[in-house]
Amino acid sequence: MSILAYNGAAIIAMNGKDCVAIAADRRFGVQAQTVSMDFDKIFEMGPHLYIGLPGLATDVQTVSQRLNFRLKMYELRENRRIRPKTFMSMVSNLLYERRFGPYFVEPVVAGLDPKTHQPFIASMDLIGCPMITDDFVVSGTCSEQMYGMCESLWEPNLEPDDLFETISQALMNAFDRDAVSGWGAVVYIIEKDKVTKKLLKTRMD
Amino acid sequence: MECLIGLQGKDFILVASDTMSARSVVSMKQDQDKMFPLSDKLLMLVCGESGDTAQFAEYIAKNIQLYKMRNGYELSPHAAANFTRKQLADALRSQTPYNVNMLLAGHDKEDGPSLYYMDYLASLNKVPFGVHGYGGFFSLSVMDRYYQKDMNQDEAMKLLQQCIDELSRRFIVNLPTFNVRVVNKDGIKNLGILKAKPTSS
Repeated sequence: MSILAYNGAAIIAMNGKDCVAIAADRRFGVQAQTVSMDFDKIFEMGPHLYIGLPGLATDVQTVSQRLNFRLKMYELRENRRIRPKTFMSMVSNLLYERRFGPYFVEPVVAGLDPKTHQPFIASMDLIGCPMITDDFVVSGTCSEQMYGMCESLWEPNLEPDDLFETISQALMNAFDRDAVSGWGAVVYIIEKDKVTKKLLKTRMD
Repeated sequence: MECLIGLQGKDFILVASDTMSARSVVSMKQDQDKMFPLSDKLLMLVCGESGDTAQFAEYIAKNIQLYKMRNGYELSPHAAANFTRKQLADALRSQTPYNVNMLLAGHDKEDGPSLYYMDYLASLNKVPFGVHGYGGFFSLSVMDRYYQKDMNQDEAMKLLQQCIDELSRRFIVNLPTFNVRVVNKDGIKNLGILKAKPTSS
């Protein structure tokens, strides 16, 4: 089995009308054994900027800590907030530094531009090849299921409340068909003047 | 084959580790203590490759003592757990990784009791209860069923006994005795050895 599927994870990010959403499951397991149901895979990187890190849990923690450090150094040096696209390059650079001994995470970035409030979502593979889209991105152990759900539920210009419903249903119905992800979920809805974090109770079987 | 058990109660962490020291299919020792005190109110339970366990646990213990001497104050359980994680994670990507799984049980004046679960890949998790090794297949389901938040020490001991009884009933590997300790505001206390209750069937 792939080391990327050792702990299990499912993450989606979606664009809406002047808003973005990012959602993840909360399981931490060792192969088929569930150890914890409150594991964080989405990390706040700024007031309007979030990163989701599905993959090997140790690298989820290492990469999030190293990114946090680099981001703080950047913002101290530049004395301004980072743009989501710049942040994506920073993640990409960090991952490509380990080209021949990679961190086993496939990140998802979601945020709004600090000045223009333009929505931004992107995903990456484990060596940092970025992909920017204007609809949705998925990453994790049940990506096929997530793609299927997103393709059928997502539509352009969703309002924040509708976006929440869409991303939640897409994620839940995808990971319910996956044995190593699920067991609760967390959804962030990122708008210009507020960010809403919601915890979802989901199937536990 | 080894088994580490930990659970959080109202104001303490109760931990147990099996006492077997095995090499391949041979049991070499029946009174191995797998717990290492890192500081007054911080206890590390380790299992895994036998040389690595003692080496890594002692390295962490000494460094935590060194930190205390240098700075005049102690690392909190949370800080110690993250320090340990960093050391293990750095070693993981080196030529000489440590093959150790561990539980960290600690008590802090501000945070209260806390139990951390960490595997040899260095993924760190704060848990209400955790079990390392094959024992988890049997005792985690017992914990899921009977664990309650804010248990007192007697209730926690009872649950631990249930877990060990289940292991002796269903687990093919013979783990007859467990070392038991409790970590609370007064420090680490040894509660002696726990044995599985003889079953009637």
